[in-house]
Amino acid sequence: METAREYFKSPWRVLIYIVLVIAAFLWFVPILTGLITSLRTFDEILLNGFISWPETITLENFKTAWERGGLSRYLPNSFIITIPALVLTLFLSSLAAYALARFKFSGNRLIFFTFVGGMLLPFQVLLLPVFRLTDFLGLYDTYWGLILFHTAFQLGFCTFMLRNYMRTVPGEIIEAARIDGCGEIRIWAQIMLPLTLPAIAAVATLEFTWIFNDYLWAIVLLRSDSLKPITAGLATLQGQYVTDWPVIVAGALIGTLPTLLVFLFLQRYFIEGLTLGSTK
Amino acid sequence: MASIRRNIVPYLFLIIPVLIYLVWVIGPMFYTFYLSLTNWDGLTTPSFIGFRNYERLFRDKVFFISLVNNLKWLISFITIPVVLGLGLAMALNKAIPGEKIFKMNFYMPMVLAMVVSGIIWGWMYHPKGGLINTALVASGLVEKGPGWLSDRDIVLWSIIIVAIWRQVGYVMVLYLAGLKSINPQLLEAATVDGANSWQSFWRILLPLLTPVTIIVLVISVIDSLRAFDLSTITRWATELLLL
Repeated sequence: METAREYFKSPWRVLIYIVLVIAAFLWFVPILTGLITSLRTFDEILLNGFISWPETITLENFKTAWERGGLSRYLPNSFIITIPALVLTLFLSSLAAYALARFKFSGNRLIFFTFVGGMLLPFQVLLLPVFRLTDFLGLYDTYWGLILFHTAFQLGFCTFMLRNYMRTVPGEIIEAARIDGCGEIRIWAQIMLPLTLPAIAAVATLEFTWIFNDYLWAIVLLRSDSLKPITAGLATLQGQYVTDWPVIVAGALIGTLPTLLVFLFLQRYFIEGLTLGSTK
Repeated sequence: MASIRRNIVPYLFLIIPVLIYLVWVIGPMFYTFYLSLTNWDGLTTPSFIGFRNYERLFRDKVFFISLVNNLKWLISFITIPVVLGLGLAMALNKAIPGEKIFKMNFYMPMVLAMVVSGIIWGWMYHPKGGLINTALVASGLVEKGPGWLSDRDIVLWSIIIVAIWRQVGYVMVLYLAGLKSINPQLLEAATVDGANSWQSFWRILLPLLTPVTIIVLVISVIDSLRAFDLSTITRWATELLLL
């Protein structure tokens, strides 16, 4: 406890700490509300008001959302879409990033800025053309239509991050490999990728959350209910159980679980990913 | 021969990613711009009409209202999280008891899907059973809580609060990283020279954090344009309930 005593030496610090605790509590209230709501019945909440001691605690809402609400069908879809998109984006952007970080050629800057520029686009601009393109390719209402779009859209950010990181790898290692007659593909696969692993892990955790949490593109590029990911499924659930908030909120919590787990276990990479571009 | 081979190597690495990017992102962007200059009903071939659509847009009342709303949204979305995020980062950049829990607590909302945030807040804002109105009525401040998502004058701010709730943690993380890279000796030197903490904040810390601030601003502008999910889900939730 020496650090605590050290910290609270000045009264100002005590004041700051109190403000922090209040702020932290306020920030936690929505999540706490969600948790409590999901364990209660709606009738009881309406009868006694939300701020009342729960008479019954039940997991029934989770069961309803999972089985009758169809989340057991939507959740696998989320993975079927997210994982291929994530792998493809990382693979393609690491190829592009290697070329942009390690070769001098005409068009390098132009290509780099194209990637960065596209990364900044608001998605509304792409809505109609991407819909028509997907339809034209016969991919409307298929997993691949959505996977390919996510792959392409995330390429900008991933290439930008990985390219910046790859530039920090010392050039001597690559030169030495080249002199030893190592081909470029092997340099990329056996030298560059292992050295870039921390950045790839960081970008991957971020991308997982972004792709997994997408809602807009899922409802634009998919129509069949059987293909929809959990975000779109939650909207459907909301329509189905209009008057039963505990079920809807329980569903929302189920939908959060995968990203929450990724975040809790890979927190370090997650934070690194967010700050990767800002400090280097 | 060897040098020619080396010259095409980067293009070989780039060809597939660049092609995909051009087809799915850059091409569509130009296509949208082209369409904006045409008269098109969605079925027949578009005919070119120059900037007439833009003229019409600027005379449109609804467009003007949404533009103003967007501006309000943009300004609050940039200023409030930056101030709060920087404040939190400064407070948590010390060996403070419970530091890890504080940090996790503040960036947790960022991990939630917009849809999930929308649902949880939609419930918080619920006119009768929701926590906010229940608390307001229970405290005796009001007899009947306001319609957070149904009152025209409030709804924009209700949704902005959700967006801010999500964004503060992100800004905090970026500033924490920035603060870590600042040499503490600079601040010590300022203290030795008699600068008070107010002065060293404005004259030393903030200028040194400029690169982070620029990144935060850029990210905020980009994110503020991506508010679709949030506004749809929260609004939709109550519209259904009001039926």
